[in-house]
Amino acid sequence: MIEIRWHGRGGQGSFTASRILGAAASVYGGINAMAFPSFGPERRGAPVLGFTKLSREPITDRSEILNPDYVIVLDESLWEEGVTLGLKEDTVIILNTQNARPYREKVSQRVVGADVTAVALEVTGLPMANLGMMGAFAAVEDTVALEAIHKAVLDAMKPSVAQKNIEVIQRVYHAVKEAL
Amino acid sequence: MSGVKRFICGDEAVAEGVRLARPHVVSAYPITPQTIVVERLSEYVEEGSLKARYMHVESEHSAMSCAIGASSVGARAFTATSSQGLLYMAETLPYASGARLPIVMMNANRSIATPWNIYGDQMDAMFLLNSGWIQYYVEDAQEALDMMIQGYRLAEDPEVMTPVMINVDGFVLTHTYELVEIPLQEAVDGFLPPLKMPLNSMSLESPKSLCISAGNDTNMEFNMKQHFDMLRSASAIEAVDRAFGETFGRTYHGALEAIDTEDARVVLITAGTVTGTARGVVKALRAAGKKVGLIKLRVLRPFPVQRLIEALKGVEAVGVLDKNISFGYEGTIFTNVNSALMAGQMSPKTLGFIGGIGGRDITKANLEEAYGKLFEVLEGADLDRVQYLNVRCDY
Repeated sequence: MIEIRWHGRGGQGSFTASRILGAAASVYGGINAMAFPSFGPERRGAPVLGFTKLSREPITDRSEILNPDYVIVLDESLWEEGVTLGLKEDTVIILNTQNARPYREKVSQRVVGADVTAVALEVTGLPMANLGMMGAFAAVEDTVALEAIHKAVLDAMKPSVAQKNIEVIQRVYHAVKEAL
Repeated sequence: MSGVKRFICGDEAVAEGVRLARPHVVSAYPITPQTIVVERLSEYVEEGSLKARYMHVESEHSAMSCAIGASSVGARAFTATSSQGLLYMAETLPYASGARLPIVMMNANRSIATPWNIYGDQMDAMFLLNSGWIQYYVEDAQEALDMMIQGYRLAEDPEVMTPVMINVDGFVLTHTYELVEIPLQEAVDGFLPPLKMPLNSMSLESPKSLCISAGNDTNMEFNMKQHFDMLRSASAIEAVDRAFGETFGRTYHGALEAIDTEDARVVLITAGTVTGTARGVVKALRAAGKKVGLIKLRVLRPFPVQRLIEALKGVEAVGVLDKNISFGYEGTIFTNVNSALMAGQMSPKTLGFIGGIGGRDITKANLEEAYGKLFEVLEGADLDRVQYLNVRCDY
């Protein structure tokens, strides 16, 4: 079982990304998946969480994810807002940032950085990092193929918007791969 | 015959199931965490993929009243609610069941105020256990979808003619996305033929009063007949699920599913989504050599007494997990299970576990602890007969 916790602010699309990753895994990747938001009222700008569970075995456990394998952070200003809660020794933090170095000094866990907002701005003209983060995830964790993610993105939005987001995902994927 | 698979949430699965069941009338008032169901249904009606009349009502009381009116003239009616909405509608529920109207309702299980809270527990449905409605509790989104279809087939069975409430745990199921197979419409149409108007239905040609009255000379008999038909619906519950399996290749074991109970010393009984977490715990404990079992209780009314007695034969300790408190006593399902054990002249040790109130998480560790306590009782420990899981206060 791979358990992922997504950190974003209301309106940044962290739950949308957690859901599309689940769709990619289950509809196109042959992997069982479950995705859910942090339950409750939602407010734009407030810290929100999304969760994705991935497994080759059927997933029946709906209890909360307390010790994630991956923490995906859309907005680095959330670092102090619970990003480091419940980390395991081998948890990987994937962070949307221009510079991951200072964060690496704060935790013993592996921190993978990618400037996803810059890529999204260049390709789509919008600072939406949510879908691009899936490219960074696919670069460090090969359970869900990039191809499956592309198909799930195409299902989730208009073709023109989807194509641009797929380009963001691909560029982030290659940037992270090269930096590894 | 298998349909397309989609990654959707529990509420969306309910809406897909309802669309496939082709109701004539949907009357509903939105309430978290049911809202997505009625949003999708209104979209389906707007786009024409569901040919139904969507009635925008001003309250849950009116939502059920409209469903009662529609059902009285032989229309297939659907509504959905949750929590305070269900309680607000409560007065109308026995009107529907006493009039033997085959309405299907989805209830998104959510806690009851005060304190106000939007998260999931099963307090709301317990209030309506005596309303004369058949009550199901489902575990995942696929079962939620499938039960909308099974629900109408059961409710409309001429021998049953009783409304059905399908309980879907708030958030952990309503708002959780998973892979769901959407059955083919042709297959659903074959399984669920159009509703036949009962002979005593109302129509424009044959107007009737909806205020069915029976004085003290016949009232008790009306109630007895309703009660005995509900008891007899137990066999229809099994038959409908079997028939569903023959058409769609999935069954849910009727009123309850017994998991690893045959040689179990200790069994936990659950209703709803927590069953999924318990499945993993049972698997792990079994791998460690512990003789544990699990019963997923799917139906609380009619209460499956005989099936429980059969499934619990030879079990030495029984735990019941209640996501509700009947203030001043214990968990409601615990009371019912103890009564069934007495009916079967069985006397295993029993413990009630109350957990998940107001959306409190129930973890694997909590359930391992529950099994552990049942074994402790077997070894002679003198524990309080009601235990509370994952609590942050003294009591």
